[in-house]
This record gives sequence, C-alpha cells and structure tokens, in this order.
Amino acid sequence: MTESSAITPEQVEHLASLSRIAMGEDELKSLAGDLSTILSNVARVNEVAGDDVPATSHPIALSNVLRPDVVGETLTSEQALASAPASADDKFLVPQILGEE
Amino acid sequence: MKYEEAIKKYDPVIGIEVHVELGTATKMFDAAPNTFGGGPNTNITPTSLGLPGSLPVVNEKGVEYAIKIGLALGCEIAETCRFARKNYFYPDVPKDFQTSQSDEPIAAEGEVEIELEDGTMFTIPIERAHMEEDAGKNTHIGGATGRIHGADHSLVDYNRAGVPLVEIVTHPITGTGDRAAEVASTYVRTLRDIFRALDVSEARMEQGNVRADVNVSLRESPDAPLGTRTETKNVNSFRSIERAVRYEIARQATRLEAGEKIVQETRHFHEGTGETSSGRPKSDADDYRYFPEPDLVPLVPSRDWVEELRATLPELPAQKRRRLAGVWGFSDLEMRDIVNAGLLEVIEETVDAGAKPAAARKWWTGEVARLANQKDQPTAELVTPKQVAALIGLINEGKLNDKLAKDVLTAVADGEGEPAEVMSARGLEIVEDTGALEAAVEEAIAANPDVVEKIKGGKMQAIGALMGPIMKATRGQADAGKAKDLILAKING
Amino acid sequence: MSELINRSALELAAGLKAGEFSSVEVTQAHLDRIHATEADFGSFITVTDDLALETAKAVDAERSAGGDVHALAGVPVALKDLVVTEGVRTTAGSKMLENWVPPYESTVHKKVKAAGLPVLGKTNLDEFAMGSTTEHSAFGTTRNPWNLEHVPGGSSGGAAAALAGFQAPLSVGTDTGGSVRQPAAFTGTVGVKPTYGSISRFGIIAMASSLDQVGPMGRNVADAAALHELLAGHDPLDSTSLPDPVAGFVSAAQTSDLGGKKLGVIKQLRGEGYQDGVRDAFSAALDVAAAAGAEIVEVDCPSISYALDAYYLIMPSEVSSNLARYDGMRYGLRVDPESGPVTAETVMAATRAAGFGNEVKRRIILGTYALSAGYYDAYYGSAQKIRTLVQNDFAKAFARCDVLVSPTAPTTALKFGAEAASDPMALYLGDVATIPANLAGIPGLSLPAGLADGLPVGFQILAPAREDVKLYEVAGPLEAALEASGTRVLDTLVEGLTTK
Repeated sequence: MTESSAITPEQVEHLASLSRIAMGEDELKSLAGDLSTILSNVARVNEVAGDDVPATSHPIALSNVLRPDVVGETLTSEQALASAPASADDKFLVPQILGEE
Repeated sequence: MKYEEAIKKYDPVIGIEVHVELGTATKMFDAAPNTFGGGPNTNITPTSLGLPGSLPVVNEKGVEYAIKIGLALGCEIAETCRFARKNYFYPDVPKDFQTSQSDEPIAAEGEVEIELEDGTMFTIPIERAHMEEDAGKNTHIGGATGRIHGADHSLVDYNRAGVPLVEIVTHPITGTGDRAAEVASTYVRTLRDIFRALDVSEARMEQGNVRADVNVSLRESPDAPLGTRTETKNVNSFRSIERAVRYEIARQATRLEAGEKIVQETRHFHEGTGETSSGRPKSDADDYRYFPEPDLVPLVPSRDWVEELRATLPELPAQKRRRLAGVWGFSDLEMRDIVNAGLLEVIEETVDAGAKPAAARKWWTGEVARLANQKDQPTAELVTPKQVAALIGLINEGKLNDKLAKDVLTAVADGEGEPAEVMSARGLEIVEDTGALEAAVEEAIAANPDVVEKIKGGKMQAIGALMGPIMKATRGQADAGKAKDLILAKING
Repeated sequence: MSELINRSALELAAGLKAGEFSSVEVTQAHLDRIHATEADFGSFITVTDDLALETAKAVDAERSAGGDVHALAGVPVALKDLVVTEGVRTTAGSKMLENWVPPYESTVHKKVKAAGLPVLGKTNLDEFAMGSTTEHSAFGTTRNPWNLEHVPGGSSGGAAAALAGFQAPLSVGTDTGGSVRQPAAFTGTVGVKPTYGSISRFGIIAMASSLDQVGPMGRNVADAAALHELLAGHDPLDSTSLPDPVAGFVSAAQTSDLGGKKLGVIKQLRGEGYQDGVRDAFSAALDVAAAAGAEIVEVDCPSISYALDAYYLIMPSEVSSNLARYDGMRYGLRVDPESGPVTAETVMAATRAAGFGNEVKRRIILGTYALSAGYYDAYYGSAQKIRTLVQNDFAKAFARCDVLVSPTAPTTALKFGAEAASDPMALYLGDVATIPANLAGIPGLSLPAGLADGLPVGFQILAPAREDVKLYEVAGPLEAALEASGTRVLDTLVEGLTTK
C-alpha cells in the first residue's frame, strides 16, 4: 500500500457523512482498510492516459436527444404517496429539516 | 456603523445569481405539467419523484428558452455542453442530486446594460447562464400543530420538483460605489424585463418565478483584493434586494471596524426587519461531487438553430431605447423622461401612426399627461396612440390649432369619439370660410375706428385689439394669421 | 416433472403455435417446478403465480380466437428483480425496497406484457446488482443448480439459476460489469450483454448508468436471440437509447456459418492465471471453431489491463449518486436513529445504514471519495480517459477480425464463502474479462464451452458496438459445432434433473 492512497477512519467518517450513512467505529475502520486496498490497486489510473486523451463519459456517442414540450401521463397523489413512509394532507411527511424555520 | 458611513469607508463588490423559472408546458426532464397550483403531488411523474428506475429526457423548449436568454444577455452559446449532477441530500430534492450544469454551461460571458434612475448607464458582466431543475417545496409544521405528537416535521410537495430553471450568474460587479444597492435591484429588474420581452417566463417576482441570491463583500479600496463575501439567499423583491445589499454593507462594515472577520456563509433575508441572519457556513459539506450526468447525452446546439433563435429575439428594452433615441433625435434627458413615464411604447406607436416624434413627445408628456393626472388615470391608457397621431395630423393640416386641439383631446378622453368626429360634432374646426371671416373682420374694423387709425399710423401691435372681437365672432375658430392678413388688406386696401 | 420444462423457448413457441399444448400448461409446469425446487435453488425473490397464469390464459384465448400473437407469446419468462413491474413488488435485492410496489411500468416489462409472455416472478440478485455471487442479497441465497454448494454467479444469479434449474425457459438479467455473462458462464447458460443503449433502461433500477445494460438470457443462443429481439428497440423515455433498427438475431444464430469468420483471441485475456480447466475448455472450443472453418488470430488490447481499475472508479462513482435517492423520505425503508435528535438528516443516515448491505456501502463510500473535490481528476477523470483507450483498442482489434473471444470468467463457479477473502480486489478480479465491454459499450455474449471439474465454463464473444448481430453469427454456429463435437453442457444437467 502506498502512503498516498492510505485512507484513515477519519476520512471514511467524512465520506460517510457526505453520503449520509451512519457508521460505527468498527465499520469505519474496516472500510478504511478496504478503501486503502482498492485505491492502492487502482491509483495507477492517472499514470496511464495523458492530457491528449479525451475522457469518455458516455460509451456510445449520441447528442441532442430532446423531448417535445408536451404533457404526458402523470402519477396521482395516491400513487405517489402509496409507498411513502409517512404522509399527511397529500404531502410527504418527513422529519424536521435542520436550518428550516 | 450606518450604511452611509460604511459606503464612504469601504468599496463594495456585489455578485448576483438569478434563477428564473421557465414558462414551458412541461418540466425540464420529464413530461409532468409545469403549472402553478393544482393539488399537492399531482404534477409529477416517476421521474420528477425520482422513483427507482426512472430516467430524465431533456425538454427541447427548455433548451430553446435557455439559448434565447443566453443570446439576449450577449453570451456565447456553447458548441457543446453537458448536464452534470450536483450531489447533496435534502428532502425536497427527489434524487438527492440536482441535475444542473457545472463547467459546461449552455451560455457564457455576456453583459447586460442597465440604466439607473438618474439615467446613469451601468454594465453588468455576466459569467454564465445555465439550465437546471427546481426542487420541491417544504412546509414546516411545528410540533404543537403537527399531527405527530411533539415532533417538528415538514410536509413536502414535489409539484415544483423538476421545473425548468435558468440560473444567471454575474462576475463580481465592481465600481458601483454608493450605488451598489440600486445597481443590484435595477439589474434584477432589467433581467425581469428581458425575460418578459423574450416570453420565456411570466417572471413574476411575487410568485417566485424570479429569485435572486445576492453576494456582497467589502474591501478597503478599489485596488484592494476582494474581501470575504456572504451570500444572501432568495431575496425576492426589488425593494428587498436593495435593503439586503444595504444591510449587508452596513453589517459587514461594522464587523470590519470592530476588527472582526467576515464569515463566508449563506444568509437569510427577513422582509419584516430588513435584516439578514446567519444561515449555514460554507464547509466541506458543500462538496457537491459534480460529474457529467450519465443518463443524459451531450447537447450540441447547431449554429443554424442558434441563429434561427437569434433572429426571433425581440428587440430588448435597452437596445430599443438606444435605437429610438437616435432615430427620433431625442436627448438622453428627454428619452429618460419618456421611459420613466412609461410612454416609450405609446410614443413609438404614435410615430408609427404618422406623427412627428417631437410632436408625439410634446402631446404625450404634455397635455395627455396633464389630463391623465387630472383624471387619475395612467397616461398611456388615457387615449390611444392612433388618436394622438390623428390629433397631430389635424393640427398639421391647419384644421386645429393647439388650443382647439386641447379641447378635442379632452373630449376624446371623455369618450366622445375620434378626434375628427369630435371636431366636427362640436364645430371646433378652424374657420376656413373666408366669407364668415371677412364679415367678422369688417365688423371689427367698423366698430373700432380708433384702433384702425393706430394701425394706419404704423402701430402694428394694435391689431391684437381687433383679434378679440374677431375671435369672439367666430367662436375662436378663426385662423389668426389669415385674420391679420385680411385686416391689413382692408385697412391698407 | 413435466417434460415441458426441458424444452427451449423456441421449441415451446413452436409447440404453442402448433397447438400441441397451451400456455397455461407450460406456465403451470414451470410454476410447479419452481415450487418443487425453490428450497434448493432460491432463484426467486417473488413468484407471481396468479399473474403468470392470467397472462397465459389471455394468450391462449387470443391464440384460439385466431389473434395475431407475438412469436414468443405464451412462453414464460423470469425477470431479475431490478426490473420495475407495476403493481408487483420490486426490491433490487435490498432491504431498502423490501416492500416497494412500483406505481409505474418499465419499458422492458411493458414489452414483455405486450408480447404476452407470462412472468413467473422476480429473480434474486446481489443487492442493487452489486456482486458476483448473489450472496449479497437481502432475500436469501441462490444456489447453483449444477452443485448446490457453489454460487450461481452474479449479480443476475437468480436469473441464471432459474434457467439452469429449468424453472424458466427465458430470463431477463442486467449486466453492468459482467452480471449477465458471468452467471451464464457459471450455470452453463447463454447470457448476452447488448450494445449499451440497445435495450431501454427506463424502469431498470440503476446501478451505474453509463455501464448498465439489460441482458437477455436463455439455455441456448437462439432463445437468447429471440428475447433480445423482443426487448431491443428505441425508447424515447431513455435518452441513451439507440435509434437503431433491430436486426434479425434469431435468423443470424440459426443460419450463420463459421467458415471465414475471424475470431480474435485477446492476448490480455488469454487465460494467464486462470483456472486450468477454464483454459483447457476455452482452448478446446477454439479448436472446434477452427475445425468448423473459423480463423483464429491473436489481438493485442493493452489498455484492457487498466479496465478493471477504471471500472472500480467509474462504477462506484455513479453508484454513489444513483443510490442517493434511497433516503427514507419518499418510498422504501425509513429508520429512526437509535439515539439523538430525529431530523431529516439523522433519519436519512440511519435509514441508509440499516437499508444497505456492506458491499453497497463500500461502493458508495468509494464512489463518494472518487468524486470528491481534489480527487476527481486523478480518479474519475483518469478513469474516463482509460475508457477512451479501451474503446480505441477495441476499434483497432475489430479492424482485424469479426469478433473477439476470451473465457468469460477466470474460474468456474466458486464455492460459497470462497469470496469471504479479506481482499476485496481478489473478488473484483473475477470480472476482468467482462468489464471491458461495459466500459466500451460494446456487446458481449457468453455461451457454455464445456465443463471443468463438473462445472460449466463460459466462452465470451465480443462484437463491435451496434453490431450485436455479429455475436449471433458466431455464437449460433459455434454452439452447433460444440454440440456436434460432443460438448453438450446442458444435457449433463438434464440427466441430473430427471434423477432428482
């Protein structure tokens, strides 16, 4: 494992917070190990292609796929809310959002 | 520290981000209707709700409107651009990422000219205009009133989720000095006018169609590096924009005076107090992990399409003002009076209907405005441009003089008919019948021998004493010039 | 057991057309087989008896009324539980969606329904299609019908096991890095990953959007071809859907000849480090192909050495974003935190902690890292460049030959628990031969090439993008040649089946 690709549990904690997953100490530690291993294996990707190689974001090159501005089928609020963990007044009921007033 | 002091001591730099909701029939990436109102969670498809397996497809009209806005702001339209995902968790963001554009906006590098109240022109540098989607709406319900006992919660309606937005971002705006607040609000007002002229949005501030985020920073002098900025979010009226900028300038100056640092943060504006309050500090959590949206393919607006759209652009307010001032030969001051009085359109139409620009301006800003003021009605709606043009036409034909024309105008404004009709109906036309005029002249000469003697003795100004009785006899319809000629002919003949 | 379950899909279609039996009989036979064997195989998360029989009845009625029905009408199919089915629970193999009943229809299921194929149920998979063994499912283990102590491969393990276990004649899987081809190889069946954009992704629960592709699976090449023809075609609801017309895959599979076909063996995937039996079976299959008139050449695709690395950056990056929506706010699981304040933020974090399995979390965290500020260029950006290099290598190789070939996987089906190895990279290496096709968007197919130690070995064929028909032009005659040479993989299993 190269030094540069070693991931600390603290880094994993930050990543877990960015990706909204609650994690315990053990999980952070074990993931730090896994990530370090994986990254040390794949880190060489940035040595392979030079600046002259374009990036490919889409495997098959299409462009200008556009939709006419015409209203289509919609869901009813009953359909939308049928799988909601909680709802009220035809709206999705969610826990308090911090920072909202 | 008071604003007035702050602005003397510091050089403000502002930056404005404006979001405009486009008036398309459907959302940006799915075929749900883009309409205001309707029951909660009814204007939605699997895509606007971010259901597993759902996919976006770009609304062609949304792109068209974005290109039009870009062109109107003088931007370059990208040869190719992509959408990107801006990843962040929030309950009103259905996919927990917003589909937006990051380093490949559809339009970049333009400028907007704005005109301040006193006619000062100011150029706002535009960094970019890009497409994105709106989020849903949260309603906060307090624990006391909520249905979940004792717990605060929110209700989310996703009708607005996916509504097409164009975000217009300025470069830092420098050199405003003490007019920073006015520049900010005038800029947003100018954009509002542009959106309406382009017919890409209803652009109603009060409905949130246009929303502004205002960045403010202060520096010691125009040569100093930019200071730390704050971003006041969702300031949604012109007046609020001015107040928010003024408040932030005063607040930041006060902190700087006290030797405190400005925290880079988002702030909230409070309509009630006109103050801003601290929101969320910028942090690592703002790592949005942008990457090209793999579910959408690149957009390559053909140059033909762009030029086609450019050709459909209506003349924008500032361009039009400049063009008309040139054609009409009006001074900047005259032009500004017209614009401020909201009379540009009617004067233009009056000129189109055949009137001379100077005459059109004179009548609209003069008598029409006076009458409208008297009647407490908007000047531009008191009479029609065609009516004013017809009135001016009658004057040019010699059928009316200014005084008679004023009477005709009053009657037209009272709904008595078109100017020519009113003129005939009321018998206000200048008397062309030389017989009637001659009779009046002879009568006046006969009745005033002393005056005639004075005229014969070379006192030409004495003619005026004969005009009164002549006008009286002809009920004011006599052409004063002709009457004078006749008097001299009779006396000297 | 009814002998109907031994028949191929096209045989069933022919029998239905000829009126030898009804779709209800065929469907019931497969449902009976499912109920008799599920305890062993565990291929399904949900079995939809009633729906399947309802469709079968309707098709029978339409056919007897002389209606114009699809060639595959009445032939049952199993759908990987990543395919959204309106009104039928769709789980993605995750606790997160344990009770999610979609209010809308996927394009794939719409097509299947429109053609009158009874859907037997939703097959098991690794959670959100992340895994190569189907062990990472929240809904139990799927076992390889060839040997219940071995995995069926993954992530379309349930789909493959249903075929090999004669529970279904056709399966729909998905392939992001080999998830159709590798389980096909492990179960002695045929799995196809079409050109990216060939089959609509609308209603396919996303794993990695730029890599995901729906894959038809069958017990022989022509069956897979028939399903491919049914599912392919342009869909305006998927922006990445290709506007190409659908070629005649079945006739390509049935009428082609290996004579003059140039097969390029990819030097980098020749089999170094592969299981001996896999290498031997692959070589033997090449010999059979050569004997049938194919020309075998070796091609060099150096960038393929980096494909795995690029894949393990691009895939988790897209995963981290695609799976963000599972936050407990709108649908699916919601879990409150065990302690502390209950806010949207803490509920999201607790929900995602409880709803996702370890492999999913590992990939989300890895992807979040690869996309985060300061690392994007080094990781995601560089990986996208490697994608370009892999495409270039393939383009060069295809200039020299009709198709490229390799073993589908370095090993035969692993034993359960073998993957529990501490090094996650070791398991990822199993995808080394299948991943390049996903990165480049090109089509690939795995067909059985023989057995090694009693377990099937897969033979992979790759074709140029948007020329999927070339897969069948080689796979069809190769399958025939292999069978003629005595390599009858499925027969082995059918014998086992009858003694069961």
